[in-house]
Amino acid sequence: MVQWTDFERKTIQSIFEKMDYDDVGPAALSRCLVVYPWTQRYFGNFGNLYNAAAIQGNPMVAAHGKTVLRGLDRAVKNMDDIKATYAELSVLHSEKLRVDPDNFRLLADCLTIVVAARMGADFTADVQGAFQKFLAVVVSSLGRQYH
Amino acid sequence: MSLTAKDKKMVKAFWAKVAGKAEDIGCDALSRMLVVYPQTKTYFSHWKDLSPGSAPVRKHGGTIMGGISLAVASIDDISAGLLSLSELHAFQLRVDPANFKILSHNILVVLAVLFPKDFNPEAHVAMDKFLAAVGRALSEKYR
Repeated sequence: MVQWTDFERKTIQSIFEKMDYDDVGPAALSRCLVVYPWTQRYFGNFGNLYNAAAIQGNPMVAAHGKTVLRGLDRAVKNMDDIKATYAELSVLHSEKLRVDPDNFRLLADCLTIVVAARMGADFTADVQGAFQKFLAVVVSSLGRQYH
Repeated sequence: MSLTAKDKKMVKAFWAKVAGKAEDIGCDALSRMLVVYPQTKTYFSHWKDLSPGSAPVRKHGGTIMGGISLAVASIDDISAGLLSLSELHAFQLRVDPANFKILSHNILVVLAVLFPKDFNPEAHVAMDKFLAAVGRALSEKYR
């Protein structure tokens, strides 16, 4: 089981309490599709992903970004058993969606960049450490059920 | 994933905007790396103070940014421009190249913190590609 310090728990709860999911979700997903264009392979039916402007203006990308962030909320609320919380989602991503789990890491990096931009100086090194640890646990849990 | 003409233009334009804060960027990126990836501290056991923003961290952050500036100026042939730095890293420093990716990530985080509006997705992808190219150039002489 993952050991969380009080600082880490407080930091994660605080970040997500203050976060506008409907802003950060779309920003993180669209950034991922621009910075790592091969991730677009999973969104063939999303319409125009032709360039950065199209991706950032695409309503299906925005909607899916919100979905992903809301999914992340479940881990925020169950920090002591993220593995079990995501078991079903892991199976879904593996068997049905067939997403290469390395993509979770790429999206996590983009989410870190977006949160850093929103928080500015409040995103200190210690906060960054807590946030990245949290995302690493999420990424690992989502990859857990692949076989 | 080599740098296109568009990438080079974007990197030069973005660097022109941020170069004024180069020392701050270097200091913050290095500070973050040492805190968030503690295994990187193993390369700096000869420093008295590894805490964020300490004198050796600030100085070394500046040195690193000098190297990045040189890479921007040599963007049409980064390997040639960074030849002696590559030899330094290969034969003397022997930093495991995985750490170049780690430091690059922290540089990107600092760019996001300091330049939230300018560090948009297009700037991000260009800088990510550029820093990866710098890492490759620095590893060139390793074996």
